[in-house]
Amino acid sequence: MNFIEWIKQPWPWYVAGPLIGLMVPALLILGNKRFGVSSSLRHICAACVPINISFFKYDWKKEVWNLFFAGGILLGGMITAFFLSNPVPVVVDPKLAAELAGYGITNSEGLVPKELFNWQNLLTLKGFILMVGGGFLVGFGTRYAGGCTSGHSIMGISNLQLPSLIATCCFMIGGFFVANIVLPLILKL
Amino acid sequence: MNTAAKTFKTTDLDSDFEVRTENSECVNYSELDKPVLSNLKFAVAGILFGIILVKSEVISWFRIQEMFRLQSFHMYGVIGSAIVVGIISIFIIKKFKLRSIDGEPIHFEKKKFNKGQVYGGLLFGFGWALTGACPGPLFALIGSGSTVIIVTLFSAIAGTWVYGYMKEKLPH
Repeated sequence: MNFIEWIKQPWPWYVAGPLIGLMVPALLILGNKRFGVSSSLRHICAACVPINISFFKYDWKKEVWNLFFAGGILLGGMITAFFLSNPVPVVVDPKLAAELAGYGITNSEGLVPKELFNWQNLLTLKGFILMVGGGFLVGFGTRYAGGCTSGHSIMGISNLQLPSLIATCCFMIGGFFVANIVLPLILKL
Repeated sequence: MNTAAKTFKTTDLDSDFEVRTENSECVNYSELDKPVLSNLKFAVAGILFGIILVKSEVISWFRIQEMFRLQSFHMYGVIGSAIVVGIISIFIIKKFKLRSIDGEPIHFEKKKFNKGQVYGGLLFGFGWALTGACPGPLFALIGSGSTVIIVTLFSAIAGTWVYGYMKEKLPH
């Protein structure tokens, strides 16, 4: 198997995790930047629609690095899709696959289930809750919490900050609750 | 005490820094004024991060559902090993007082607890389970071709804006 074929396979956790961890010292050493992504959403608000809200009245240009970083992530996704994409469907745990099949979700060709996340579904109740409602909660919740999975769970915990550990526990509690109790009700819609 | 705090706040730079770092983990702690294009190196770091996110499938809705149903170790392995590497890296940076490539000392500050980390954390958890994505993966998913996630990203920006709008009324 040549290198390109090998790199096209899904990467195991013990390769991806340490590489993500290395983002922390890389950004610190490249320019005293703390690893994280969710603030980019805030900088977009500050740049485009600050409208006298004190939370958005700061010099966002000082944080423009985070927008470069977020733009890079988007480009990285594109590069992977064009050159390094895995031709085989995502392998889904049999128990999850069986549960999802009960809701008519059987297509795992993409990273997101195509039956749920598509433009046609956007204006159905189910699609609206998942894509628009879910997105709103991600933006509102991460800013209220002061960080996301990268900022709190990886950067904050790496810096041994108790508030980041508390926030991460709450991410998980919220996720467990919705995935197991609420999502089945939504998928039945 | 009170007047001291007020005079501290009147200097523009300090107050701008205070607003900027409020409720934000991923902040620029550099005091240097560098040209905009010097930020291209962070775009390169972002590209690498994006490739890792897609190739490890941590941006997959399926992987996130498996994580919240305890059906797979993958996500725990990724986040756990990233934290271990992060802890060791920061320990080394502190221990040897490493500086950034611009020669600046690297800052670490203590975070204060506030109730937002609980309420906001829970709300973000709800959204994570629904969309299967946190902010980084939103960008990576759009890049990898799930164009409809652009709507989710705009919704997340709207959510951030609404938080800023009603911040004073929320318990912290």
